[in-house]
Amino acid sequence: MKKDRMNKWLSGDYDLLEHVMDTTEVPDHGREQVKKEKKSLLERLNQEARTYTVIEAEQRGFRRLYNVVAVISCIFLISVLLFLVSLLPHYGEENPRTIPMVERYVEEGLEETGAVNIVSGLILDYRAFDTLGESHVLFTALVCVMILLRIDRKNMRTDFEDYYTIQQDAYYDLSKDSIIRFVGSVLLPVVFIYGIYILLNGQNSPGGGFSGGAVMGAALIMSAAAFGFKTVDRYLTAKASSVITFVALGFYSFAKGYVFFTGANGLDNHIPKGTPGAIFSGGLILPLDIAVGIVVACTMFGFYSLFVRGNIGGEYETDSLVEKSRSASLVRKGGSHKDPAVDEDGRPIARLRKVARPENPLENAGPEDLVCDEDGRPVARLMKMTGPRQEGRQEDEDD
Amino acid sequence: MIENLGINYEEAVAVILFGIGFTMMLFQRNLIKKLIGMNIMDTGTFLLLASMGYISGRKAPIIENGIQKTEAYINPVPAGLVLTGIVVSVSVTAIMLALTIRLYKRYHTLYLDDIYALSIHEQEDR
Repeated sequence: MKKDRMNKWLSGDYDLLEHVMDTTEVPDHGREQVKKEKKSLLERLNQEARTYTVIEAEQRGFRRLYNVVAVISCIFLISVLLFLVSLLPHYGEENPRTIPMVERYVEEGLEETGAVNIVSGLILDYRAFDTLGESHVLFTALVCVMILLRIDRKNMRTDFEDYYTIQQDAYYDLSKDSIIRFVGSVLLPVVFIYGIYILLNGQNSPGGGFSGGAVMGAALIMSAAAFGFKTVDRYLTAKASSVITFVALGFYSFAKGYVFFTGANGLDNHIPKGTPGAIFSGGLILPLDIAVGIVVACTMFGFYSLFVRGNIGGEYETDSLVEKSRSASLVRKGGSHKDPAVDEDGRPIARLRKVARPENPLENAGPEDLVCDEDGRPVARLMKMTGPRQEGRQEDEDD
Repeated sequence: MIENLGINYEEAVAVILFGIGFTMMLFQRNLIKKLIGMNIMDTGTFLLLASMGYISGRKAPIIENGIQKTEAYINPVPAGLVLTGIVVSVSVTAIMLALTIRLYKRYHTLYLDDIYALSIHEQEDR
């Protein structure tokens, strides 16, 4: 039974938590709609199965060839790699060819960097340029995920799937669970302080920017999951996260630029090294650690927030939609749960705001222009699979 | 050669993990399983890198008691390389999962053959 549910979830059929969290009575119009669309999609697939079987027939020869070549290449790869591993120097023995480089790092590391942790001195002083590149990789990944997954006014108007995503998210809201709230309130300060401790001790003990940032990001995620996103939205919106990340990366770049400049010209950069073992030691290692940790924490929380609800802060209508759907379902709790998609005036909630954008064909459309079913619920537009979605949805005028 | 594999058992296991991940990526038709395969490949790579720095009988490269000889510590360089790798792995996994979510929203299936057939449908309909 459990394996069946796992297989269904992996194939995208339905939610794993469907029968587990039946605590509230919010009806799942979203999921029913999605099932309807999916059924119609699959019907269409079966109706025109001719095309599908033609594609299958075309692909059958290719698929056989692909399987054979893939098996051969996998076996070849593993055998070549194992052969190369057998040629490596013995595990656990010192490699005499790397001794000169290691000597430089270990024996002169403390005087040149001031860090007791040799690896931290390595990645944040000798090879700080690589760490700068890594931080940029994290930032770029956050930007890419924001491009892909962010729900804003333009998307939500035309993509009711996002609205149902938000409604489902209200259904699975964890902040009403008292166990998670209690554990969160006990653990959250501990985890956050632990993250800061790891960050500050990057140069004296195992730790550093990346691990400390990851733990701090985990603390932020826990506070958002246990207490709702509103607690974190007070200080970490999308704009704040972007500004903080940008400032941290800029500071890192300028600091390292200064050090490169003075080092290349033989000058002395007057950055104190401090006594080894203290917190304020290691020259520039501590500020760079803090910058990297901030970037990592913002990125981790940004990923979580974007995957769960489509935005980092509450700037757009996502939170008001959640509140409205929750309040609408609570208002009709005694009666029928027909229309959580409709607020008190009877208009569908997904069209909350009219933004002045004249080129949008849905600009002055009233509720009757939406494609609704007999109960007045808007039906998602995913039934039209005629080409990619474009800006402004000009193909809607062909209905 | 076999006894060398037996001595280098950590690197051999890491390489086998890499091969398993590669096989998963090639053969699975489900998108999420392909991503899991890629993660397994990354794990194998990290294990290989981290195990190359180990020297038996020595300690982690954190200077204690002021001993600064090379004979007292393991090789610290592979640890720095693994850090870069982990960051890259996290970023690539995040972007790929976001792409998978968008694909799922568009086609309502995670199965690669169905997505391919549906996309050909669309091209014919145009």
